[in-house]
Amino acid sequence: MAIAERTAGTVSIPVVNVRPGWAGWLSTTDHKRIGIMYLVSAFVFFLIGGIEALLMRIQLGVPDNTFLTPDVYNQLFTMHGTTMIFLGLMPLNVGLGNYLVPLMIGARDMAFPRLNALSIWLFIFGGLMLYVSFFVGGAPNVGWFAYAPLTQKQYSPTAGVDYWIIGIGLTGVASIAGALNFIVTILNMRAPGMTLNRMPLFVWMQLVVAFILIFAFPVLTVATIQLLFDRHFGTRFFLPNLGGDVVLWQHLFWFFGHPEVYILILPTMGIISEVLPTFSRKPIFGYAFVAYSGVAIGFLGFLVWAHHMFAVGLGPLANAFFGAASFLVAVPTGVKIFNWLATMWQGSLNLTTAMHYAIGFISMFIIGGISGVTLASPPINVQQTDSYYVVAHMHYVLFGGAIQGIFAGIFYWFPKMTGRMLDERLGKWQFWLMLISFNLTFFPMHLSGNAGMPRRIYTYEADMGWNLWNLISTTGSLLLAVAFLLFLWNVVTSIRRGPIAPADPWDGATLEWAVSSPPPVYNFAVTPRVRSRRPLWDQKYPHLREINSGHGMSGAHNESEKRDGFEHETSPAMEPIHLPSPTYAPLIVSVGIMILGFGIIYLSDFGLIAASAMIVGLLIMAFGILSWVRISHVDSPHHAH
Amino acid sequence: MSESSMTRPPTAAAHHTSLGVDNRKLGVWTFIGSETMFFATLITTYFVFAPVNRARPDFQDPRKFLDIELTTVLASILLASSLTMVLALSASRRGDRRSFTTWLLATVGLGLAFIGGQVYEFNHLYHEGLTLSSSLFGTTFFVLTGFHGAHVAVGVIWLLSVFFKVRAYPDSPENAMDVEIAGLYWHFVDLVWVAIFVLVYLI
Repeated sequence: MAIAERTAGTVSIPVVNVRPGWAGWLSTTDHKRIGIMYLVSAFVFFLIGGIEALLMRIQLGVPDNTFLTPDVYNQLFTMHGTTMIFLGLMPLNVGLGNYLVPLMIGARDMAFPRLNALSIWLFIFGGLMLYVSFFVGGAPNVGWFAYAPLTQKQYSPTAGVDYWIIGIGLTGVASIAGALNFIVTILNMRAPGMTLNRMPLFVWMQLVVAFILIFAFPVLTVATIQLLFDRHFGTRFFLPNLGGDVVLWQHLFWFFGHPEVYILILPTMGIISEVLPTFSRKPIFGYAFVAYSGVAIGFLGFLVWAHHMFAVGLGPLANAFFGAASFLVAVPTGVKIFNWLATMWQGSLNLTTAMHYAIGFISMFIIGGISGVTLASPPINVQQTDSYYVVAHMHYVLFGGAIQGIFAGIFYWFPKMTGRMLDERLGKWQFWLMLISFNLTFFPMHLSGNAGMPRRIYTYEADMGWNLWNLISTTGSLLLAVAFLLFLWNVVTSIRRGPIAPADPWDGATLEWAVSSPPPVYNFAVTPRVRSRRPLWDQKYPHLREINSGHGMSGAHNESEKRDGFEHETSPAMEPIHLPSPTYAPLIVSVGIMILGFGIIYLSDFGLIAASAMIVGLLIMAFGILSWVRISHVDSPHHAH
Repeated sequence: MSESSMTRPPTAAAHHTSLGVDNRKLGVWTFIGSETMFFATLITTYFVFAPVNRARPDFQDPRKFLDIELTTVLASILLASSLTMVLALSASRRGDRRSFTTWLLATVGLGLAFIGGQVYEFNHLYHEGLTLSSSLFGTTFFVLTGFHGAHVAVGVIWLLSVFFKVRAYPDSPENAMDVEIAGLYWHFVDLVWVAIFVLVYLI
C-alpha cells in the first residue's frame, strides 16, 4: 500500500530521538511501544496466573490430595483471580487499545503520551508489589473480592492484604489515568472526517470501557482505603462488632466489580467486530446497533451489582430489581451476537486463525451468556452460588469469551505490530487444542457444581461423587498449558523467522492497515481524511463503495466524496509532525509512588522507618514531577522554535 | 531543548481538536467525573453509618462536636477562594501579570487558611475525644473531611506550581490554560466542601 510513503516526500519527516536499547523502552512515550509493553508484561502476569491455576487443578485432580496446604491453596486462588483480572485481561485489552486506537482514528499518539507512560509503569509496579507479598509473609488469602471481615487484621495478620490493597491501588491509578487518556484521545484526536459514527467498533468499545473505568474504579479505591484504615489506623468501617458493616464492603466492591466484568469483555467484543467483517469480506451488520448496544451494556453494568449478593438476603424487592436488571443485559448482548452472525451470513469466509478465534469467541461466549442469564434469577442463583457452576460460567465468559477474543486480536494485529506473520498452521493447532481442552477443563465444572461442589475448597472426600469431573478438569487444564506453550513457541519463532508482513496482510478496512507494518513512529506522514466507516475498503474497491456504505450512512451521494474512501490533507500549509520527546519522568514518579506505597503498608508497624520511606518516596515523586513539568514545557509546540 | 528545536517546527494546528475543547481541559473534566464518584462514595458511607452510630452505646453526637461557627468561616474562606481564582484566571487571560499574581496568591493564601482551620478543628475534636476509633461518627467524619483536606492541599500545590511556571515562562501562550485547568480542579474541591458542609455540618 505504502500510502504514507507515497506522499511522504511533501512533508518534513521528524527525526525522532529514540534512545537505543533498554533506555528506549524505559523512557518511551510512544503509544505503540507502551502498547507492546502492556501486552508483554500482561502476558507474563497471565502466564503466572495460569501456573497458579494449574497448581490448584493438580491439587484438585484427585480427592484427599495433599499436594498443596490449605493456606497455600487460599493464597493461590486469591492471586489467580486478582492476577487474571487486574494484571492479565485488563492490561491485555489496554495494550491492544494503546497500540491500535491512535492508528485507527488517524492520530499520531495518545492525547497525553507522558501520562500514558505513567500508566504502564504504575501498572507494572502495582503488579510486582502484589507479588512481593509472596516473599514477605505470604500472599493475600482472602479471595479476589476480599470480603470483610476476613480481611481484618485479626483474621489476616500478614501483610498480604495490605499488598493487595496497595497493588490494586497502583494499578487502579494506572487504569483511571489510562481511561482518561483514552477518552480524551478518542473524543479529541480523531482525523478530519472521522466522526464518532465512523469510528471502528474497537475504538467505540474502548471508549465505553474508559467511561466505565472512570466511574467504577474510584468506588473500589474508596473501599480499599477504608479497609486500609480499618487494618492500620483504628477505623471500623467493616468491623461488625463495633457497628461496622460487612455488607457495605460487598456493595462497594461489586459496584466496581460488576462493571469490571464489562471492562474485561467489551474490548474483546470490539476486537470481534473488527475481525469478523475483515474475514467475512463484508461490512459489519448493523454498525449502529453494535456500537450502541455496547453503550447500553456499559450503562446497565452499573445497575446489576447486587446479583453477586443474592445469597446475602437483601430482601425480595432488591433481589427482584437486580435480577430483572441483569436479565436486561442479555438484550444488548444478544443484539451483538446476532449482528456478528449476520455479518458472517453469506460472507465469503476466510478462515484464518484470527477468524477461528472470533468464531470460538461467539460460540463459547453464548454458553457463558446463557448460564449467566440463568444465574441472574435469584432462586436459581441461591442454589448455585459459591458452587463450581459459577466457576464454569465465569470462565466461559472470561476465558472462552475474553481470552479467545484477545487471541483473535493478537493473531489479527501481530503482523501490524511486529512486521512478521504468525504461523497460521500452528495457530490453528493451538486453537483446536485450546478449544477442546478449555471445554474439558470447564464444562465438567457445571456438573460438579450442580452436584454440590463448593468453590474455593482445597480438597474433597472421595465419596462425594465429584471425582470424575475433577479428574477431567485437571486433565483439560494440563492440555490448556500445552496450547499456551504452542502459542509462545509460535511467537518466539515467528518474530525471528516468520514471513515479512505487508502493510495490509488481511485486506483490512481500517486505517491501521494504511501504514507500514510496523508503523513508523509518527504513524501517519500526513493526517488522513476520512469519508466513511471503511476508509481503506472504499479506496481499494471504489466500485463496491455504494454497497459497502449502506444507505447514505456516510454521505455517499455527495459527488466529491464518491471518489475515494479516504484522502490525505492536501492543503498547501502541510502540517508538520510533532512528537513528544522520550523522558524518564513518568518512570521516576512511579518509583516514588511505589516507595510511598511500601511506606504506607508498614506505617503502623514500623513507624519511623516507614515514615522515612514515605518521605523518600514523596521526594522522588516531586523530583519526577518537576522534570515532567520541565519536559512538557520544552516539548510544547509553542515553545519549540 | 536544542534537539527539539531542530526537529520540531512550530505549529498552530497541534492544538486543533475534534471537539474544539483543549485536550487538558477535557482531561481535567474527566478526572473531575472520577473524583465525583470518589467523594460520592465517601459521603454515602457517612450516611449509611449515621443511624448506626446513633443506635450504638458508644454513640457520639455530631451536633455536640461540630462547631458550625468555625466551619461557616472555613466555608466562606473556600468560597471566597473560588472568587479570587476566577479573578486570577481573568487577569491571566488579559495578560495582566500584576493582578494575576495578586489573585493567585490570594487563592493560595485562602486555601492555606482553610487547611489551617481544618487542622485546628481536627486538633480540637481530638481533645474533645473524637478520634478515628472513638465511634462510627469519628471513623466516617475524619476519613471524609480528611480526604477533602488532602485534596485542598493538592490544589494548593497545583496552584503554586502554576504560579512558579508562569513566573519562569511569562510569555508561554499556554499560561492561561494552565491557570484555567488548575482553577477547574479548585472549584471542584470547593464544591465538594459545599456538599460536605451542607450534608455533614448543617443537616
